[in-house]
Amino acid sequence: MATVEERAEPGRKKVSEEVLRDFFREMLLIRRFEEKVEERFRAGELPGFLHVAIGQEAVATGVCSALALEDVFASTHRAHGHSIAKGTPAKKIMAELYGKTEGCSGGYGGSMHLYDLSVGNLGANAVVAGGLPGIVGAALAFQMRGEKRVAVAFFGDGATNTGTFHESLNLAQLWRVPAIFVLENNGWAESTPAVQQLPLPVDQMGKRAAAFGMKLIEADGQDVEAVYLAALAAREHALAGKGPVLLHLRTFRLTGHFVGDPQVYRDRDELKQERETKDPLRLLGARLDLSDGDFASVDADVTAEVEAAVEFAKAGTDPKPEDALKYVYA
Amino acid sequence: MPELTYREAVRDALAQALRADENVFVMGEDIAEMGGSMAVTQGLLEEFGPTRIRNTPISEMAIVGSGIGAAIQGMRPIVEIMYEDFLTLSMEQLVNQAAKHRTMSGGQVKVPLTIRTQGGAGWSPGAQHAQQLEAWFVHVPGLKVVFASTPQDVRGLLWSAIYDDNPVIFFEHRTLYPIKGEVPSELEPIPLGEARVHREGTDVTVVATGRLVHESLRAAEEAERDGISVEVVDPRTLLPLDEDTIVGSVRKTTRCVTAHEAVARGGFGSELAAVIQHGAFDWLDAPIERIGAKFAPLPFAPAMEQWVVPHAAEVLEAIRRTVARS
Repeated sequence: MATVEERAEPGRKKVSEEVLRDFFREMLLIRRFEEKVEERFRAGELPGFLHVAIGQEAVATGVCSALALEDVFASTHRAHGHSIAKGTPAKKIMAELYGKTEGCSGGYGGSMHLYDLSVGNLGANAVVAGGLPGIVGAALAFQMRGEKRVAVAFFGDGATNTGTFHESLNLAQLWRVPAIFVLENNGWAESTPAVQQLPLPVDQMGKRAAAFGMKLIEADGQDVEAVYLAALAAREHALAGKGPVLLHLRTFRLTGHFVGDPQVYRDRDELKQERETKDPLRLLGARLDLSDGDFASVDADVTAEVEAAVEFAKAGTDPKPEDALKYVYA
Repeated sequence: MPELTYREAVRDALAQALRADENVFVMGEDIAEMGGSMAVTQGLLEEFGPTRIRNTPISEMAIVGSGIGAAIQGMRPIVEIMYEDFLTLSMEQLVNQAAKHRTMSGGQVKVPLTIRTQGGAGWSPGAQHAQQLEAWFVHVPGLKVVFASTPQDVRGLLWSAIYDDNPVIFFEHRTLYPIKGEVPSELEPIPLGEARVHREGTDVTVVATGRLVHESLRAAEEAERDGISVEVVDPRTLLPLDEDTIVGSVRKTTRCVTAHEAVARGGFGSELAAVIQHGAFDWLDAPIERIGAKFAPLPFAPAMEQWVVPHAAEVLEAIRRTVARS
């Protein structure tokens, strides 16, 4: 895939078909990875608590494609897609889900605590909004040292109801640090719908930015090109010293909150309709007018990568129990 | 040797660390122009400027959390939480984030963050401005916890905390800020995890922290008049704990009193008692006595506040109880 420097031309309004095809491949890789995670969990191979990002692939790919290697991010409990999109090999993530030392967190983190400092992943966080203040601090460090880097926090609409969210955006804007707050708005706080947990209509959550005087950029979170261009604009704004950005992306979670969630709270017809009309892969596939042969070729390629990731993970090394004490202190 | 107040000793460690390393910076509420609500950071803004001496909004979660984020990027932030009661507002970031990043990342991340805070009774602020909460943090793997009681210790330990690669919660005691003490002419770092024997004795060991170190030294002098020889040990670092020095002292004296201002129940003295009974069981001649505050939120009226928190008299009574056991 082209680097952000190769893709990023300030002010550009369109993305080339070649880049969109790269995006498609990565989004399909995330989709097949997540489907495999669901399958292996149901087969009893994966311990712990898993949250997949099926339906939200365009957010991960669009945002992370607009970032440079040295930019950093903090993710959420739904972190597999972000991690793949920022450049951690799928096999290292899968190995982490299997609890192997070859995993991206050495088997210490698991699905909800994926880290990879080599690509700027400062950690997925299992406390809603838990990663936001740290991103303010990372951006502060960049600002103090005069480094041209941005720090990015992913979080959902549910997180905007926490005190941590408000403290973090307030401080970031006060100090004009180069941070991007990516509001991945899927309209669900676990099982609680927007209407029961958001004080504004779900599509208007970007208004939160006004409370801080913060720059707001919004895009359709199912349209990867729109997400990418919005994220590029957010990065330009932050790097220009104009302060942080709230990047509001309306997206759709096309599965349960966690793997195994029976979604008793969800209207079946609505979900079916969302799967038909809001699937970012279908939308991009139609846009690219992919032939069946093209699709099958990409699919075979990413499916093989996912299968190889599972093989790698299963062949991985189990940590020694007593290694639990190895990293308590530096 | 020059003499500094405890307050000046903290300030000196901060200033020297700021001079020595441009990655060190300080942030907190009212710490810049005002110089901190305890006047500890006075003068730092003038010398180091507003980029490194940063006033913050009243946002304890964001203060600690942004300190964590900057620390992971290689800075050495020192954040001040005005009263340790307000640590409760940053608990999520301290306990779930600062303490756990290193393990959760499989050793990829370091968090060289110092969180300075202060508390302590004796000035009738009521229940929300004088608690002693150090025991809460000793329970959290990944944190280090320091509680210094003298000017020399506070300077040398703060330096070590700032240059430690782990998150360190650094407790200061409000009523100790004006006390004076000799300090080495050059700052001498004191390693974290080393106790200090303030006074040697043969009959009973008092393991005390914070203000109670001074109360225990007074109690020891009183006891001496009765012919009781008291050893006073200050762990100084509560996590990691210098178990060897403490257990060794009790094996020598065969009796022990723990003393802190925090509530006795579930307090740090309980952990000390467990460590000591295990390490010195065959040596002990009396049950370990725990001295701490009575089990009540701190009341406002001075008469009640004074009664709730311990002083030299309570330590002395406990010393006498232990030696009364044959």
